[in-house]
Amino acid sequence: MKVKVLIPGVLRSAAAGAAHLDVEVPPPATLGAALDVLAETYPGLDRRLRDERAGLRRYVNFYVNGEECRRLSGPDTPLPAGAEIQILPSVAGG
Amino acid sequence: MTVVVAIGTRKGLWLARSEDRVSWQVDGPHHPMQEVYAVAFDTRAGVRLLAGVASPHFGPGVSISDDLGASWEESATPPIAFPVEDAALERVWQLQPAPASQPGVVWAGTQPSALFKSSDGGRSFEFVEGLWNHPHRPEWDAGFGGQAVHTIVPDPADPDRMLVAMSTGGVYRTADGGKSWEARNKGIKAYFFPDPWPEFGQCVHKVAQHPALPSRFYAQNHHGVYRSDDGGDTWQSIASGLPTDFGFAMVVHPHDPDTIFTFPIEADGRRFPPEGKCRVYRSQDAGETWQSLGTGLPDDFWTAVMRDAMCTDTAEVPGVYFGSRSGEVYASPDEGETWHQVAAHLPDVMSVRAAVIPA
Repeated sequence: MKVKVLIPGVLRSAAAGAAHLDVEVPPPATLGAALDVLAETYPGLDRRLRDERAGLRRYVNFYVNGEECRRLSGPDTPLPAGAEIQILPSVAGG
Repeated sequence: MTVVVAIGTRKGLWLARSEDRVSWQVDGPHHPMQEVYAVAFDTRAGVRLLAGVASPHFGPGVSISDDLGASWEESATPPIAFPVEDAALERVWQLQPAPASQPGVVWAGTQPSALFKSSDGGRSFEFVEGLWNHPHRPEWDAGFGGQAVHTIVPDPADPDRMLVAMSTGGVYRTADGGKSWEARNKGIKAYFFPDPWPEFGQCVHKVAQHPALPSRFYAQNHHGVYRSDDGGDTWQSIASGLPTDFGFAMVVHPHDPDTIFTFPIEADGRRFPPEGKCRVYRSQDAGETWQSLGTGLPDDFWTAVMRDAMCTDTAEVPGVYFGSRSGEVYASPDEGETWHQVAAHLPDVMSVRAAVIPA
């Protein structure tokens, strides 16, 4: 199943400059599974999105069709066909 | 002679360069908006600069430069990763190149408290299981700054021997290359416990050693300044003569095992220099007596110097350097006698290291 991942500008250098990536996710398609696929090609992107336990970084937000995934099921959030995953750094720092 | 000082702050790294250690050219930020708690010069083969960096958004890592900051390299895969289910790397607190007899070996101390070893100059690191599996670990607590191994002192001659310090937890020592570790805190007070003399749990802020005298260590504790003359087996107070026994930094002169530098802070509950005066203290007799050094340093200095924000270079007459939470950095070209400002108005300085660059 194909989904679309939108990459924030600050991370595009870790994704070969891409603003978005089309990802083929094997079933069962979840946010975590999509990130696993991304990690195979772009490990330098993955390490900025997830820690070594595949936990989502606290100050990176993942929107699945406009819904922040932590209000859904986090990395287990199911992806409908054609889903759009938008990755956005959250408000943090001082 | 060119000296480069690496200044790690809460929001990036700056590099200061000088020919005379009086006037400085400063460039940065490198790694803007990333915390740089650990920085190291590896001068065993050329000059490699290593920085423990951490983005509040995108996590921690280790960045390497072999051209004094003109370019940086960070591996795509995390150079330091916990291979266990109950921990993930939060920060790198210490990067320590091993002695020259172990080329390529670099040690890293992390938050949460763990030790990692690199055999490829800092590009990738292996987890030291022996320390992680220590039965004391569940009782190591986090201080205000987080729970971390912040000090690594490899033995200058024996690759199997090493001392580490963590807050909290205290001093641990291995003699078998990291397989097993023993707490070594006898004589170091932990006033914040009902029993102030526990086997472990101390909040040791920094430990330093001179390679020519490996049986001796100096420690700045969370209240308490100590020396060990028996490899860490026992510790004796050397705080007499200091205005206060609180502080974070402890630095040994590169050519004299008897000379040490500290930056006293009034107390745990008043983290300012005594009377707000910016002063380095130096002992030239292994802590028996102390001198206040302040020529060129300001009064009304209501800030503090963190554990890794003081160092020396290795010149024949060594320079001494420190940076403050208020973003000021000072250098002494003459072992602390006189001081000159290197930089001001930087973010909080967390780490300072200096190197003499070969011509």
